[in-house]
Parts: sequence; C-alpha cells; structure tokens
Amino acid sequence: MTAQTEVVQAPAPELGRARLRKEDARLITGQTNWTDNIRLPGMLHIAFLRSPFAHARITSVDVSAARDEPGVIAAYSGADFAAEQGSLPCAWPVTPDIVIPAHPPMATDEVRYVGEAVACVVARDRYAAADALAAIEIDYEPLPPVLDIRTALDESSPKVHEAGNLSYDFLFAQGDMDTAFHDAPIVLERTYRQQRLIPAAMEPRSVVCSCVGGEFTLWSATQIPHVLRVMLALVTGIPEQNLRVIAPDVGGGFGSKLQVTAEEVLAVLIARKLGRPVKWTESRSEGNMTVHHGRDQWQQLRLAADADGRIRGLEVDLLADMGAYLMLVTPGVPVLGAFMFPAIYKMDAYSFRCRGVFSTKMPTDAYRGAGRPEATFAIERLMDELGVELGLDPLEIRERNWIKHEEFPFTTVAGLTYDSGNYEAATAKAKELFGYDALRREQQERRESGDPVQLGLGVSTFTEMCGLAPSRVLGSLAYGAGGWEQASIRMLPTGKVEVVTGSSAHGQGHETAWSQIVADQLGVPFEDIRVLHGDTQVSPRGMDTYGSRSLAVGGMALVMACDKVVEKARAIAAGMLEVSAADLEWTPGRWAVRGDPDKGVTIAEIALATFAAHALPDGVEPSIDADATYDPDNFSFPHGTHLCATEVDTETGFVKIRSYVAVDDIGKIVNPMIVEGQVHGGLAQGIAQALYEEAVYDDDGNLVTSTLADYLIPSASDLPSYVTGRTESPAANRLGVKGVGEAGTIASTPAVVNAIVDALRPFGINDITMPCTPERVWRAIQAARGGDQASAAEQHEARQSDQTQGNSPRGVTPGSGEAQQTGGTA
Amino acid sequence: MAEITVTVDGVNYEDHVEPRMLLVHYLREIVGKTGTPIGCDTSNCGACTVLMDGQSVKSCAVLAVQADGTQITTIEGMANGALHPLQRAFHEEHALQCGYCTPGMIMAASDLLRENPHPTDTEIREGLEGNLCRCTGYENIVRAVRRAAQAGVSE
Repeated sequence: MTAQTEVVQAPAPELGRARLRKEDARLITGQTNWTDNIRLPGMLHIAFLRSPFAHARITSVDVSAARDEPGVIAAYSGADFAAEQGSLPCAWPVTPDIVIPAHPPMATDEVRYVGEAVACVVARDRYAAADALAAIEIDYEPLPPVLDIRTALDESSPKVHEAGNLSYDFLFAQGDMDTAFHDAPIVLERTYRQQRLIPAAMEPRSVVCSCVGGEFTLWSATQIPHVLRVMLALVTGIPEQNLRVIAPDVGGGFGSKLQVTAEEVLAVLIARKLGRPVKWTESRSEGNMTVHHGRDQWQQLRLAADADGRIRGLEVDLLADMGAYLMLVTPGVPVLGAFMFPAIYKMDAYSFRCRGVFSTKMPTDAYRGAGRPEATFAIERLMDELGVELGLDPLEIRERNWIKHEEFPFTTVAGLTYDSGNYEAATAKAKELFGYDALRREQQERRESGDPVQLGLGVSTFTEMCGLAPSRVLGSLAYGAGGWEQASIRMLPTGKVEVVTGSSAHGQGHETAWSQIVADQLGVPFEDIRVLHGDTQVSPRGMDTYGSRSLAVGGMALVMACDKVVEKARAIAAGMLEVSAADLEWTPGRWAVRGDPDKGVTIAEIALATFAAHALPDGVEPSIDADATYDPDNFSFPHGTHLCATEVDTETGFVKIRSYVAVDDIGKIVNPMIVEGQVHGGLAQGIAQALYEEAVYDDDGNLVTSTLADYLIPSASDLPSYVTGRTESPAANRLGVKGVGEAGTIASTPAVVNAIVDALRPFGINDITMPCTPERVWRAIQAARGGDQASAAEQHEARQSDQTQGNSPRGVTPGSGEAQQTGGTA
Repeated sequence: MAEITVTVDGVNYEDHVEPRMLLVHYLREIVGKTGTPIGCDTSNCGACTVLMDGQSVKSCAVLAVQADGTQITTIEGMANGALHPLQRAFHEEHALQCGYCTPGMIMAASDLLRENPHPTDTEIREGLEGNLCRCTGYENIVRAVRRAAQAGVSE
C-alpha cells in the first residue's frame, strides 16, 4: 500500500488565509442562477394589482374583464383565495397578550397600506400580465390612515385594526431604577429618531413555483429556504414532505429576504390552482413599497450619572412602528435591541419598554442589525452627550464606564454574559490609525479661526449580540424556532468532499469560508471541497442565514461534523492498518500509527476503502459521512471602535466624511479578505442611514420614495474610502469566531452623526435628525444662529415633521435629578 | 411586431419583437443572456449595463428596436478564452459579494477605462456613480478598476 511509504505534509492552515472566492467564477461571467432567470415549459407570469390607498374598505372587486385580455390565463381577487390562503406568519409573539392581526396574503375586505395586493393576473408573458391589470375593476371606501405612531395610541386616533393600534407593550427591567435616578447629579433626557429605511437588496424579489403530481418546488430569492418551507407548509396545508424550497443565487438580503411573503404563498396557491408553473418578479418600485422596511422607532431615553460620569441608570422607552401587520419577526426586532442599549457600559439599573404600534404603512421587520443598530445609536449618542455635560472627551467618558478587559466574562445589567472583549485595545488601535489627537487640534484651530467648514470627530465604541442564538434563550423570548445549525460532510470515494450546510448564503462567501474550515479539519485540499446549500432537498435541515449567525453557529456545526468523520475514519483506518484504533494518531488528513508515523492512511484512502467496503472491521458501517447540529451556549459579542471625521460646511449644510477608521474585534478570522468586505459593506449601509436614506410617506400614506430615483442609495462617489483594522479577542467557541455581517452597519451610524454634531457643538446644536441631509444641517444651523432658538426650532419643526422634537442644547440639568425639558411627544 | 437584427456577444440574431420591448428583456428572455440582470425600473441602478457598439448603455432604458443593427456586448461576452482583466480584477480584489450588480459594474467600468485609461480614484468613483452596489461599500470595486487600469485593460 503506497500510503505506508508516503509521508503527507500537513498543509498550511486555511484559517486566516485571504482565499479568493469560489463563488466569483459564475458571478463575474454572468453564469448565474438568479430566480428570475428560471424558465420552465408552460410557465405563466403573475402580476399583482396593489392598493393605491393606505387604508380603505374594498367594496367590490371584479376581475372578469381581465380574464378576456390577450394572453391572460387567469385572474383572481382575494375572495378566490379566501378559503386556502391562511394568514402570513408571525413567529415572534414577544408578549403573552400581543395582538397579531390576521394577515391574508391577498386582501379580502380591507387594505392597510399602499401596495397591499388586492388582485392578480396570470398570463403567458409578463407584459400581458401587467397590461391586463388595467381591466380589473375595484372600488374602495377610503378610511383614515394612521401615519404617526406618536399619536396612534391616542383615544381619538383612527384604528388600523379593530383591536386598536397597540400590538404589544414589552417591559424589561433590572436593578433599582429609583435609587439610580434619586438625587443623581446628572440626568440626561433625549429623544432620538430612527427613521424608516428600505433594505433594497440589489436583486428584486422573485418567485417561481411548479407543481407536478402534487409535489411543489418553490424557487425564491430568499435568505431562509428552510424556515420558508416549514412556514409554507403550515400556511397552505401542503404536506411538508411534498414541498421543496430552493434559494438559488440570491442577490443580497440584509434581512429583507428573511421573510415569508404574500407573493410566495400566492405563487404556490396559483400553481396549485392552475397546475402550471408560475413566476413573479417584482419591479423595484413594487419592491420599495412591499418588501418589509427597517428601523422606524422613536426613542425616549433617560440616563442618570454620578458627577464623575459613572452611569447609574438608563431608562429606554420606545415606540416602534410595526406597520400594518406583524410579519415573520416584526415585533421581535426592537426587542432584540432591549439587550443592547447598555452596550459595553456598566451601570446599576436599566429599564426598557417598547410599545409596538400599528400604522397604515408597509410592515417593518429585520434589516441589517435588526434592533441592535437602533440601540447602539441611542447609547452612543447619549455617551457623547454625557461627555459634553462633563466637559470630557467622548473617549474618556466611555472609558470611565466600559467593561475593562480584565473583567471578562462579564454579565451586563441586561443579563447578557459577554465572553470576551478588549475595548481598550480596539480604541487604542483606532486612535492611532485615525490620528485622533492631531484631528482634535485641527478642530480647535478651525473653531478659533471661524472656518466655514467645521471639523467634527465622531466616536462609536459598539458591541453587538450575534450568532443567533441559543435555542433555549430564543424560547425564553417566545421566538417560534430554535437557533441551531446543521452541517453534513459527505466523503466521496475519490477523496473529494461535499459539505452540506443549513446556512443559506446570499453574498457572504460561505462556499469559500466553509471550504477553508473543512480543509483544516479534515486535512483535504481547499480545492477538493464543494459546499452545497440553499435547497431543502439537498440540505434538509437548517436555520438559514441572518443575525451574523452563519459562522458562529453554522461554522461550529461544520467542525462538529468533521469531528465525527474523523472518528468514523479512525475505525476503518485501524482495519486498514491492522492495528488497534487506540494506537492511531490523527494529523489533519491522515491517521497514522502512534510512534510509527510512516505507517498511515490518508482520509482519501479511507474514503475509497469505505466505498469498496471489502474489508471493514466487524460491526463498522461502510460510511464515514457525518451530520452534526450545533446549538450555541451563548451569543457572540463582536465589538469595535469606529472613528469618523466629518467636514461640515456651515454655509451649505453639506457633510463630507473626511476619514473613517473601523477597528473591529470579531475574534478569530477565517478569511480576512471576506471580513474586510463585510466591514466595508456594513459601513456603507450605516453611513447611508446617517446621511442619505429615508422611506418617506406623504400625508395620505403614499410612499414617495418608491423608486431608486427618490430613495437615495449612495453610489461610489457618495462614500469615502475606509481604513480598517482588527484586534482579536477570541470568542469562547472552538473556532473563536464571532460574526461580522452586521458590525459595520451597527457601528457606523452613530459614529457619523456624532461627528456631525461634534462639528456643530459651538452653535449649540446637539442633534440632527437622520438622514443628516444638507438641508437639515443647514436649517439646524440657521435655527441655532437665529438667536431665538425656540421659535427657530419651531419653524424648523414645521418644515420637518419627522424631526426629533425638543432636544435643546440645554437638555441637561446638573444636580436637580430632573430634566428641564422632555423629549418627543410619544 | 418589429423585425430586428442584433449581434449579441458575436452572434447574429434576427427576431420579431414588440416595439415596446426593452433591450434587457430581449437579451434575457429572447436571446437567453440571463447574465445581465435587472435591478430597478428607473435606470438608476445600472445592473443591466451592456455595451452597445462599444459604449455602455443601461439596457432597461433602451428599446430592443433601438438596438437594431448594433453590436451588443454583455458580461457573457467579456471573457475571450481567458477572463477579461476587469473580471480578473473584480475576483482578485473581492469587488463583489452577492454579485448582482457585478455584470453592470464591469461593463460600466470597461467603458470608463476606454474613455479614461488611467483614472484617479475620484474619477473611478464618479465614473461609476450610475451603478449601485449594496454589498461592497465600493471600496474594493474602486481597487479592482484601478488594478485593471494598471494592467492596461483598455489596450
């Protein structure tokens, strides 16, 4: 046997290598498999008629004329689906008495947001389907819209649903708030606005469904093929074993494709009705209206501190806009934030309240960060305010409060146990890369010279909880599923490896990173590994990709499955080498006899011998394949220090990001190239929230940012170059990894806004509502310069109904234990 | 129906199309060039960018009948035996994540480098402002175009 003379060199470790991506080969050549590329014989196209009203009763629908249009095969209204369409699922009832209204995929008697589907046409091509929508006759009786959640809970407010506009009231408290606030030398009170955002993944949603002999195959541009399969089975009653869901190439998600959509359900029902394959692909305008939105909170905050700046207590009171219905995890998004407001800071007491409020707008749900960016924004803005109050540098006030590196593991006031971290190290590195002290000097010079372009420095020392999540914790939060992940290793007879993962990548690079992990564990070449995912028939178990969970949970499942492969291979190797299994020693890729390393067999040879199965030891099954399911013990807690320098033109309000430094501690790194890319993209989305993006509804509830001409996704010319750095505090899991998908987005929004406000402090400005457009910045400066700040602020307010109210620069009352003014009217 | 003759990635096609048919739908649904995706309906995102007689156009903003008699190059026609230097540079600089904007980004970049073979980073950013990417934050796209320029892509 050749293996006994061949000494295998252990390959260089893959972990930490900047491997170029396997995924790219098809993506850079156009050999892609987007859902909209799929064409099946006889396939029909669906077009939806959507409500033009934010709130109305449907008094009549007549689709019959549409059926006579050229190329039309069928036309349906909600009544046609009433018996079978069920209700779109909400998997996160955050309180026992939460109101979860029925959410029919196609409206039957009432519409509650502009864009809600009310009828559809199925035709031979997409043009014919769209044309025939005009022949549908539908009458509405308009009802009053509900557009401002700050007044939606008033008795006098119109109601979105019969049960009222309050979905839930979630409370969480730790520590003695009365003691914390009683006689506190410093009490800050602020209201911040988290504007509504549109996720806008570049690939619009698309669904194809075929039904052959009662077996359904659904292709969808989704992040969650596994969850979707379960939910579709529950909603439609189709037996789960007859339902296969495939997520082919998926062009970005950012949470927006973590959903069970009306169009997916209806595609299944229409395919079942017609017995023919159907496709629906949204236009961007349709998507902006009807893909769930993100954020949209009013945050009322109170913070009590000692005279030296030590935080005593934090009180958070949120109003969160649910939109018209609760979708998959709508109510849970702000609740995830509940555990993140205390962030990296020590405090004695904390209370959190969130009321989920209905409005006649598109439902909100997960968007990159999902609850954690909102929380991080609030606390990082507050820390700056506290620093100003005490005349301390924003880094100094943070350091006085953050958890010291020697204090880990540390259980926060919110009850999370942070396993590792080193905020001092990340901050020191960021300061150095940024040139913090020199920029502070320049800022001072510009202030003294009255430079019309003022310099501001913004700090964000963020953390996040990710690696969602330990199943028992999710259970305690009333989430409807677990947080485990699945992996399978298939050892092929030729020594190649198929890795099956329950993660469902849509741009993250799992095919590359998972190959690196398995290559190290099994000692097989990176090139010999193929990663399979996103098809419930190939990968039958999984929890999919969101919440920066894939590496910290799915990566660990891979390691555990590899452990099993290695152990199973050991028994077969013992037979091949005619020694006791106990006498074998594993080095990656090879079992060899202890003390006689020349005598061994490689994993490839074992795989071939297993395939032949001619001479396996008694009782050993002819397989070294293995599955593993990993349920994490804890979340992971990436952190970092982000520093942003903005130049604010006080004459035009234009904000330019001059430099941005992101130092992230995400534990061990599998592929630094992919990590850097994730950080860059995350930063862009967080900066976009700070400066550019906002979903705007008019007074009638029409979305006025329904196209990419109106909703400003930044282009290359709008964004800066980034400087990235890393520190490394390994997580407690075996790989030491934490997750990086959301870090940049969570960290960067407050860094940018803090920088803008820092530039404008001499004007007495202490807040600019996002997005900090030139107009808003200019108006804030004008209002501040006007002398009569109150009336100027009022004028400003009248023009900007969505602006934060009441954050005057004198919102701090040292020594009184009370604030002089309150925040918004929530 | 109108009759058109279009050369797509070096192959001649004669087809009858509705006068209102968009070039991108013609490419995707009649010719089968699904490598060119559609990202919006207002010609803001640039995902559908192709070359028409060597110049970049957003194929959602061109009618198929307007392409009559022209030569169209899509992402699928860029590799000529070996990867195009821009394709290679996008791979090597990790200038794509989900990859949906990538065909349009590469086609727009090729036109940019044709007009300006040695752009500064600012010129690259401004030259690509008609193409949106939601994943990369653009940093590595700029690096990739710079790298391709240094490799002499326009020659």
